[in-house]
Amino acid sequence: MRNEQMSATSVHPSTTAQPKRHPSLKETIMNIQQISVFLENKPGRLANVALVLRDSKINIRAMTIADTSDFGILRMIVNKPELANEVLKKAGFTVKLNTVVAVEIEDREGILFDIMNLCDRIGLNVEYIYSFVEQYSNKAILFLRFEDGDKAIDALVKNGYKLLSNEEVRKI
Amino acid sequence: MCCTAHFTIQDLSGHTRTGTPSNSSIMKIAVIILLIPIFDSSQTSISNTIFFLYFQMNHTKYYVKVLKTDVQRALTRINLFTLERAMIWNREFETMGRKRLTLLQTKRLQNLVRKVYVNNPFYRAKMVAAGIKPTHIKDISDIVKLPFITKTEMREVYPYGLLSCNINNIVEIHTSSGTTGKPVVDAYTKKDIDIWSEVMARTLSMADVTAHDRVQNAYGYGLFTGGLGVHYGARKIGAMVIPISGGNTKRQLQVMQDFGATALTCTPSYSLYLAEAGREEKIDFAKLPLRAGLFGAEPWSEDMRTEIEEKLHCKAIDIYGLTEIIGPGVASECEKQDLLHVFEDHFYPEIIDPVTGNNLPDGEKGELVITTLTKEGTPVIRYRTRDITYLVHDKCGCGRTSVRMHRILGRTDDMLIIRGVNVFPTQIEEVLLKMDGIEPHYQLIVERRDNLDQLEVQVEVNEAAFSDEIRKLEQREKQIEKELREALLIHAKVKLVEPKTIARSEGKAKRIIDNRVL
Repeated sequence: MRNEQMSATSVHPSTTAQPKRHPSLKETIMNIQQISVFLENKPGRLANVALVLRDSKINIRAMTIADTSDFGILRMIVNKPELANEVLKKAGFTVKLNTVVAVEIEDREGILFDIMNLCDRIGLNVEYIYSFVEQYSNKAILFLRFEDGDKAIDALVKNGYKLLSNEEVRKI
Repeated sequence: MCCTAHFTIQDLSGHTRTGTPSNSSIMKIAVIILLIPIFDSSQTSISNTIFFLYFQMNHTKYYVKVLKTDVQRALTRINLFTLERAMIWNREFETMGRKRLTLLQTKRLQNLVRKVYVNNPFYRAKMVAAGIKPTHIKDISDIVKLPFITKTEMREVYPYGLLSCNINNIVEIHTSSGTTGKPVVDAYTKKDIDIWSEVMARTLSMADVTAHDRVQNAYGYGLFTGGLGVHYGARKIGAMVIPISGGNTKRQLQVMQDFGATALTCTPSYSLYLAEAGREEKIDFAKLPLRAGLFGAEPWSEDMRTEIEEKLHCKAIDIYGLTEIIGPGVASECEKQDLLHVFEDHFYPEIIDPVTGNNLPDGEKGELVITTLTKEGTPVIRYRTRDITYLVHDKCGCGRTSVRMHRILGRTDDMLIIRGVNVFPTQIEEVLLKMDGIEPHYQLIVERRDNLDQLEVQVEVNEAAFSDEIRKLEQREKQIEKELREALLIHAKVKLVEPKTIARSEGKAKRIIDNRVL
């Protein structure tokens, strides 16, 4: 388990840094880059992150914090994920770039059930989920982290859901 | 109660009188009967204000201190006569004059050195290397010529390297916990067990435990020396032992009430934990017969003593001992609750400068070094305890003449004592180094919450260990906690912190924050 984790961290930044070499659809378009930051539960930590992002003119599209009594994890979708990764690391934070799936959905009742029901039927385990509502377009975006991302993408596409690419998310 | 009592009354100028009243069911009446004639007939010659009196009743020695004013009061109002009972288990050795004691110690040290030189290759090699022969020991003060022994050396000769008699003469084995490596072995001959019983009987007597007492022994039984050490002492005195061992607080409280324990032995922090648990169960300790507590195996303070005495309604005394020497029974406070009397006819103490190794004078703080003068099985010569204290050679108000030491003031190494268990930061470091993706940067925070020591280990999260899932980070915490538990034998809470938040300094990082208010 731990080894997978470690190889994922070491491999990922290099692939994103490399020039395009016919990347697959899944790699570049449907896996949305997300920045995760480890934060201790104490005053001022979030402000420090925000300051670093402000100074590098990075804009946050969506964010969420998961926390325990001791620590929290800040997860963000930003307009410049590689830059955010670099500047936060430089500022001494433990940061991880990883991927989530962004699904554009109609902003209406019952849509969350439809998606969760689909996941349940085909045995997809959701690690976490957060959402973002578009103000002017009657659309919402769900950011989902699946245990098995590739399988999830296949299933969602097959069932007619619209997945967003990195470019689309940045334009929100 | 029918008994024959033999009285010896002695005033401070040395006059003694003896008597055997035939019917003295109530001790204080007997004392009065005996004191009145003395007081009447020699009123002018008794200038001292204190009488000492000791007598034997049902094979138990009692030692009584009586104030002259009490006697005057007794003459007019016999029923109001009060006395403070205090007991010295072994008057001969515990009140021995310095000159005789020095001779005794010299003789015992000479015997010891001769014996190990002949029987123990390890000690002989050490003495040969230091150029010392048994004949060089002419006085107890020559002890400084002998080489020290450290805990590391003791471990290196595990298991039987210190054995200085035929192994068939060993009747019992105890060891240290061995959490930092090989354990230290204490092998006892029949005579060693007798000595242990003797020094523990002295210790218990200092807390005024007699044959009429019921001792709830909440020190752990087993290879650990605490449980059986107290057990042997209480048996020697003839007290009733309740060998409940450590833990199981509910049961401790039940047993304390059901059997009417009058004395409690455990670590000081556990006694407070018991008091707290008892309060929650609405137990009124003032109504229980508990009156004495012997607490040791971890550092504590005067404030804690006050708290224990108030909450448990018993007199709390500090006892000191260590597995490397014999277990509990090396030193103990008397009823004066001031300094700890070292049983120096068996365990010879020195204070040294931990850097130079030279002896330090009375009152000067340094490292305590102990030699077991009488132990046969695994004798120990000049053991460096790493405990910091000082010695005082003066007469204690209790009448004992033995040298006294201050309660332990600290350590010369960075050992922590947590809930009675010795913990070295290096043990924690070893565990962390063995784990993947964990930085060896850590900080230990020790706190006393609800009267129990809590150890928190803060560990920095690095890139490799960081998962963006809470579940995995918590698993990581649990995994470190489990490994630490196996290494330390106690629970430590692990807290993940951001990298570079643990202070690093040029030399040794500040690894320990001890917030315990003792």
